[in-house]
Amino acid sequence: MADTRSSKSEPNGRALFKGLAFASPFIIGFLVLYAWPILASGYYSLTDFSLFKAPRWVGLANYERMIADAKFWKSLYNTLFFTFVGVPVDIAISIFGAHVLNQKLRGQPLWRALVYLPSIVPAVAAGFLWRWLLNAQYGFVNEILRWFHLPQPNWLLDASWGGISVIVLMLWTVGGTMLIYLAALKNVPQELYEAAELDGAGPLRRFWHITWPMISPVTLFQVIVLLIAFLQVFTQPFVLSKDPGLGTQTATGPGDSMLSYSIYLFQNGFTFLKMGYASAMAWVLLFVTLGITLLILWSAKKWVFYDNR
Amino acid sequence: MTTAELSGATLGERVPVGGRFGWLMTIYRYALVILLAAVFVFPFVVMLTTAFKVSDEIFMAPPELLPRTWTLEHFYNALTQIPFFRFLTNTIVIAGLSVLGTVLVSPLVAYSLAKLRWRGRNLLFIMVLATMMLPPQVTLIPIYMMWNKVGATGTILPLIIPAFLGTPFFIFLIRQFLLSVPDELIEAAKVDGASEFRIYWSIVLPIARPALITSAVFQFVWAWTDFLYPLIYLNDEESYTLSIGLYSFLGQHGVQWGPLMAACVLFTLPAFLIFLVFQRYFIGGIATGALK
Repeated sequence: MADTRSSKSEPNGRALFKGLAFASPFIIGFLVLYAWPILASGYYSLTDFSLFKAPRWVGLANYERMIADAKFWKSLYNTLFFTFVGVPVDIAISIFGAHVLNQKLRGQPLWRALVYLPSIVPAVAAGFLWRWLLNAQYGFVNEILRWFHLPQPNWLLDASWGGISVIVLMLWTVGGTMLIYLAALKNVPQELYEAAELDGAGPLRRFWHITWPMISPVTLFQVIVLLIAFLQVFTQPFVLSKDPGLGTQTATGPGDSMLSYSIYLFQNGFTFLKMGYASAMAWVLLFVTLGITLLILWSAKKWVFYDNR
Repeated sequence: MTTAELSGATLGERVPVGGRFGWLMTIYRYALVILLAAVFVFPFVVMLTTAFKVSDEIFMAPPELLPRTWTLEHFYNALTQIPFFRFLTNTIVIAGLSVLGTVLVSPLVAYSLAKLRWRGRNLLFIMVLATMMLPPQVTLIPIYMMWNKVGATGTILPLIIPAFLGTPFFIFLIRQFLLSVPDELIEAAKVDGASEFRIYWSIVLPIARPALITSAVFQFVWAWTDFLYPLIYLNDEESYTLSIGLYSFLGQHGVQWGPLMAACVLFTLPAFLIFLVFQRYFIGGIATGALK
């Protein structure tokens, strides 16, 4: 216990000084990059303002305008569609893939690397690559669907498939989640499976009664992490929907099907120069994210199993 | 090998090792994993082979995977139609400085959180966690206005200074790592009269090397692949990163899939090399759950 005694013998003021000194870069960072901007953003959201126009107080007008703004609702709907389809599919594919990787196989590092590789591809490169893969006429996705005599949608030009194209692109980087599940599977005690097998439980029952509850804390964490990522999605639809004729302006996909919330926020802030409106949108996003996260945390006591041994 | 790997008890595939149909099960397992890997890898193959096809072959329906005639012309075009090397240099400078900031500063803060006892430490930790959760959209516009006010928009400063103020994810990651370092090591040095900074520099940092490398490689890939922030802050083609340069490439030259795929190959390659060299740090970082 020598350590606690010696540090207790240090005067409080000195300890405080040292702690603050080491932490000072982040304390500055917190004030400049988080605390002040949060307050400023809250204030901006109640004003009409742009780069060239000083903030003018408008009260809740920005929030009221959202209610009547069809594009706002469209972008919110799209983003919730990406999220509520994308996150469960992402989790399902990850759990399935983790089981495949958790088999007795040679070359584990190779398989893990191959699955993770798409996650480090620059999003712009990934977006262009998938524009090519999803090309209705020359792309390989439809070619493969043709082999199996499945319908071959016009992915990027059909309003009912634009959102799905965004999800497909995002699912290409599911490897990170898969590797997290792989680590979780390796932590499930083997005795549980052996006992279940003696009781004659088949694979599905073993999954449902052992694996699923044992990995449920990981699932909770991953659902929240993915939820936040999907609700903020920007680059993937931004690149998928780019209209070559429009220079650096973005298109928003057929029938605005790829207009994500963050893209519309970006457009308001930096293209239409309605920065007050964009700030108000950012706060709505924060509350939507918080609301859904709290709902999931509240539901967690029904389906998350904590092993307290 | 652990028992988990040996028994292969996953979806319940108990492998009767050496059983009558053991070889069948082996084929089944490899078929499954090869299929899984193929889904992830196939797009890369298309990217690569498209980049080597002559233009006529790119637009063929139905498409063929391998080029009939291999060509390097798209790589030549990609390097000459856009100022590729300038974009590359800009990206390297931004990624390099971000990594430097991260390894210089994030461990300092992490050390204060993990090993120094001071009033307010818990509050600071809560601040780190809260900032990790905050959607960047909330701070996007005020931070932009701030950089605009000091005349830093259009420069790389807004892209690199945040790394020098400590990145919450890496502070968290390194803190978790430092918690596992025994206090005795530090106390022993204290008894010898070493200053706090000396202890940090010559004892703590070398121990924290794995966590530092993990932070550095993730920071590199994040900066390398970043899109939104360069899009907002870099408004002059001179200062474009590869992400922005490649993005505007599609507009300026219509859709030329050959050069575009060649440029994507060249853009992706450095991130791949970093991944290959530092693979175990990536996988280790993912396993902690803080990074993805």
